[in-house]
Amino acid sequence: MSASHVNVYEKIWIALAAVMIACFLGALSVAAGLHAVHPPSHVETIDPVLVRTDSPYATPEVIYHPDGLTEVIARVEMFRFLPAVIRVPVGRPVRFRMTSPDVIHGFQVVGTNANVMVIPGYVSDFTTTFPNAGEYLILCNEYCGLSHHQMQAKLIVEPTSEGELP
Amino acid sequence: MSTAQDRQENKLAIANFAVAIAAFGIGALMAMMQALSRADFDIPLRSPKVYYVSVTAHGVLMGLVFTTFFIMGLGLVIVRSVLKEDIAPRLGWASFWIALFGTLMTTVAILSGTSTVLYTFYPPLQAHPTFYIGATLLVVGSWLWCVIMLDAARRWRRDQPGTPLPLPLHGMIATVIVWLLATSGLAIESLGMLIPWSLGWVDTIDPVLARTYMWWFGHPLTYFWLLPAYVIWYTILPRVAGGRLFSESLTRMVFMLFVLFSTPVGLHHQFTDPGIPASWKLAHTFSTYVILFPSLVTAFTVIASLEVAGRMRGARGLFDWLLKLPWRDPFFASVALAMLTFAVGGFGGAINAAYAMNTMVHNTAWIMGHFHLTVGTAVALTFMGATYWLLPRLTGRELMFRRLALSQPYLWFVGMVLFGMTNHLTGVLGMPRRVYSAAYEGAPQAQAWQSWTHLSAIGGIILFASSLAFLIVVIATFTLGRRGERQPIRYALPLAAPMTERGLWDRFLIFSIIAVALIAIGYYPPISHLLELERFGSLPFKPF
Repeated sequence: MSASHVNVYEKIWIALAAVMIACFLGALSVAAGLHAVHPPSHVETIDPVLVRTDSPYATPEVIYHPDGLTEVIARVEMFRFLPAVIRVPVGRPVRFRMTSPDVIHGFQVVGTNANVMVIPGYVSDFTTTFPNAGEYLILCNEYCGLSHHQMQAKLIVEPTSEGELP
Repeated sequence: MSTAQDRQENKLAIANFAVAIAAFGIGALMAMMQALSRADFDIPLRSPKVYYVSVTAHGVLMGLVFTTFFIMGLGLVIVRSVLKEDIAPRLGWASFWIALFGTLMTTVAILSGTSTVLYTFYPPLQAHPTFYIGATLLVVGSWLWCVIMLDAARRWRRDQPGTPLPLPLHGMIATVIVWLLATSGLAIESLGMLIPWSLGWVDTIDPVLARTYMWWFGHPLTYFWLLPAYVIWYTILPRVAGGRLFSESLTRMVFMLFVLFSTPVGLHHQFTDPGIPASWKLAHTFSTYVILFPSLVTAFTVIASLEVAGRMRGARGLFDWLLKLPWRDPFFASVALAMLTFAVGGFGGAINAAYAMNTMVHNTAWIMGHFHLTVGTAVALTFMGATYWLLPRLTGRELMFRRLALSQPYLWFVGMVLFGMTNHLTGVLGMPRRVYSAAYEGAPQAQAWQSWTHLSAIGGIILFASSLAFLIVVIATFTLGRRGERQPIRYALPLAAPMTERGLWDRFLIFSIIAVALIAIGYYPPISHLLELERFGSLPFKPF
């Protein structure tokens, strides 16, 4: 083994490492490119000063559209989520639109892939479906002040028969 | 080299280590209180106010103060040992005092309860101005240290033209460049946004822009911690183990790859942020996986070096070289256990970078578990082990309480397995990080993780016991250790003849320029996209 000569086992290891990383990136690219798997990345700004008084988030609500889409307009603020109880149908698309009038919060529905940052000045917007009925815990996962750990709400995923809206 | 100069130089390095270890001690005490609090144990003084102050102090003292001062001390020791000459002692002391002054300023701001913004200090949470100014001074002090390190490299090149930097210095110069690239982002955030805003010169701040600069700094920060640990793994560990460094050329490549790719990866901390297009998050995901590569190479080279050591100690079989290694040496045990933990933590990192999986663990206890295996063990336990190795060499005193020193890394390992694994588990269950209590008024989902938090608290207690053992050994050695002959600082020899000519992976200037270009490619589009939006800034909030 000379100094500039790389040992054969090392070469094999390097090749395997490179192949493994290529596989990771390949899987990600396929998911992103072909199946449009992306993290929530909505681009929309809003004046945080007006959120409580003069914006759709002044009146947080859940809207059940006739086409089956459920739209959740949520205000996430120190130290609560509004609406505090959100009812959505099982297995149907639910679009969350939310923002914060104060500091950064996290919106996480425990046990699901709904997990997004809520940042003042910006609107977080993503659509997901909840395949299992039940009562879920919504919590804030970004430190927002002394009552951060008390910031919680409820998501109720309701079973619905085919074609019937809640 | 006079003896007086020698003592002087050691004093500066020792001063840096002393601040590092003091910060570690305070941070460790805070940590145990947090582990108990999250498990809902009613300990004295427990309150949300105290808890969040202590999370802030723990993060800043461990992540910024312990690491930075330790790395500065290590860098000075390495410069001294390879150059055999005194390097700018006045600049060294200026660096130390400025960094210490900044540290004290920030620590007072945190402990006063006016700056409970955690170590990520995301605006519009607003700390007292002295919190940001102190942290900035800590970085300014470290920049002066960078000047010393770069000057050392220049002197080596001047005196030994055409030869590559000695490997430990090569690794430290890579560390310095990564740090300069990282802190440029922090400087923009701190000087351009946080300080003027906290002083009231501007009313509002854009939280997404601030987070983007923060993570431009925050991820290469982890390599600023890791690379000095790698320097120890590559250049000191094989020698202590009684072996040789397996491959010098690959070691040089590994450090240079970190210079190249460590910075344009920060958006993987902002996967679920609004305001940043998915395409740029994907781009940063790619570079994040590329940066996994040098660590995989490290795994091979370091383990192969240990096998060489085991065989030089007489091992013949396939695996008996493992048993021949000096497991009863406190330094060796610390570093070996640190590396073992890093293997698990590193793969956790690959999971975090895959953004579909990241959604399941983002901001959960999993992330906390992850970085306690990586920085909290791979780096911290390596530094603790290195302290056992360095102290006798710097002070000329023999290590005290050798048995306690030997038990310490094993205690740390057991404590961290309990703490790290339970936090990975509860994270997958959905438990958030950084909460005073994870009870959530008895919600069924919270009950699923509540019992695991008790196990995590036990891990926290064991880790605290290990920290105490470390502090006792260090303080006893420093004050009472028997004075003996000062052992020299020597580094591992490569298996083949040491390289005598500069090669591709020794060209720091060229690779630094490419690194800057990669940062421009990685950050110019998402930042200019943000700046073009019609943005509404945020007023400050102090809900603490």
